[in-house]
Amino acid sequence: MTAFSPSRLARRGSGSRLPDRLFRGSSRVLAWALVVSLIGLGAMLLVNGWGAFATFGPAFVIGTDWDPVKNIYGALPFIVGTLLSSAIALVIAAPIGLLTAIFLAELAPRRVAIPLTFTIELLAAIPSVVFGLWGVFVLSPFLQSTIEAWAVDTLGWIPIFAGPPFGVGLFAAGVILSIMILPTIVSIAREVIGSIPNSQREAMYALGATRWEVVTRAVLPAARSGIAGAIILGFGRALGETMAVTMVIGNAQSIPQSLFDQAQTIASQIATTFNEAQVGIQTSSLIALGLVLLVITLGLNVGARVLVGRTVTGAGGR
Amino acid sequence: MAIKTPVSLNGVLNVPEPAAADRSAPARPETFDAVGAMPAQPAPSPKLQIRGLNVFYGTFRAVRDVDLAIPGRSVTAIIGPSGCGKSTFLRTLNRMHELVPGTRVEGSVRLDGADVYATDVDPVELRRVVGMVFQRPNPFPTMSIYDNVVAGVRLTGRRAKSELDGIVESSLRRAALWSEVKDKLKENGTSLSGGQQQRLCIARALAVDPEVILMDEPASALDPIATLRIEELIAELRETYTIVIVTHNMQQAARVSDQTAFFSMGDDRAGYLVEFGPTSRIFTNPLHQLTEDYVSGRFG
Repeated sequence: MTAFSPSRLARRGSGSRLPDRLFRGSSRVLAWALVVSLIGLGAMLLVNGWGAFATFGPAFVIGTDWDPVKNIYGALPFIVGTLLSSAIALVIAAPIGLLTAIFLAELAPRRVAIPLTFTIELLAAIPSVVFGLWGVFVLSPFLQSTIEAWAVDTLGWIPIFAGPPFGVGLFAAGVILSIMILPTIVSIAREVIGSIPNSQREAMYALGATRWEVVTRAVLPAARSGIAGAIILGFGRALGETMAVTMVIGNAQSIPQSLFDQAQTIASQIATTFNEAQVGIQTSSLIALGLVLLVITLGLNVGARVLVGRTVTGAGGR
Repeated sequence: MAIKTPVSLNGVLNVPEPAAADRSAPARPETFDAVGAMPAQPAPSPKLQIRGLNVFYGTFRAVRDVDLAIPGRSVTAIIGPSGCGKSTFLRTLNRMHELVPGTRVEGSVRLDGADVYATDVDPVELRRVVGMVFQRPNPFPTMSIYDNVVAGVRLTGRRAKSELDGIVESSLRRAALWSEVKDKLKENGTSLSGGQQQRLCIARALAVDPEVILMDEPASALDPIATLRIEELIAELRETYTIVIVTHNMQQAARVSDQTAFFSMGDDRAGYLVEFGPTSRIFTNPLHQLTEDYVSGRFG
């Protein structure tokens, strides 16, 4: 071995650091560009939508009339329609998604779990407009003649199940959305459940637990905040979904009176009326509507990611 | 969920149920017919009798031809180099190895004479009689100290608060943890130190009233002081329970155990039992050269 020479520590010419610096500089710029564009987006919505907030004040959010003729814009029907259609989607998709995730992560053998997971995640690749077409031609007529007809006949005396069953309406939108958010819920919940350390399962098994008890008493409690996060992320996706909802919700400008009534969501209202909107207060109101949607979904997503992150770090090997 | 009543393994196997106070009685000859037929065993019949045990992962044989008689109410240490099947062997004693798909066992494990691999034995019930403590403390992170202790008890559907309170206190006392946690039973189990968490896990195992406790390197993740406390605890528990402990630490085996089994790995990478005997003899006067090399630190 040759003797150690201090010259080996010398910098290999100043030029060798240039690629390093370039790489670091460019990736930093691009990363910040994303953040800046998000802030810019919010600022754009705020500036251009300000006219609506300035003119109507709180009535923009709690007003129930959206009337381009009288130039009165109250967004409550769309806010209600958005929240209700997403809530219906969640009521359907959360239990199905959670059970599917449990099956994939805990019960199914690998040779079943892997292709099944792949297939479910493929659902997310189906274009929204294709879901919409399917909703118009298959789902809505089916719901109208089966579930809706039955519910109106037997439960119609309860206001929320009152008829007539349009087929196209709030309920159909909720069902379509539930299918569309299922991949989100399943894949995140499956990952969260899979991240629970095996030592937790063994601890419960060693106390004389059945597989069911291991899942319900050790795995799910440890994964609960992450599962909540998965469900909220699904909810966020449902809130913002536009195309498929537009095609099946009926586009009614009023607060729905029953589960099967026609309704409208924020995203759908913007998409269907922006092209013909008059420059001025109507356009400003639609942009303000977009800001309302952004605030709702952003808040939910931040909350959900905090929850998901808490599981993965919180239930570690400790 | 089916409501289960607590049944001991003896009940499951239709062997006459010994009286409740039986644990303090010296022996139970009437339940030992199967083992009693064994020649050359004048000492009390073993709590666990392992015969011709082979364990396979798929086609790979991990443990080969183990014959071992583990006496009751004593501490049996299992030592040996890494990968020699110690943990695998331990897990076959309460069928925990079955959680890994593709494992298979040949041979027999008899608990008080009853074959734990008999078709009518429910592994879920077996694990209530043969409890387990793991290498890393694994309290349930979403449960309080109190709820951790009674997690296994609650599986049986017993929920009366006064009964649970009593079980919590007695289990924590036996695990030498009561004085440290009695004022914070509602706090999260993971708020405790590592050594306390491991004693909490021991209390949790004791709460379901087992007869045998398997310990898989229970102190290897703990600092020396916490390790010492676990060893003291093991010394107390041996009065009541049959303890089988896997350890990498030969000093620990020498300190805590009454008898020691030395496992090694054969040329086929299957673990096998080299030698079994009183701990003092294994460490001072081993019969086998491999054992001597290992306990004197020459390999492994």
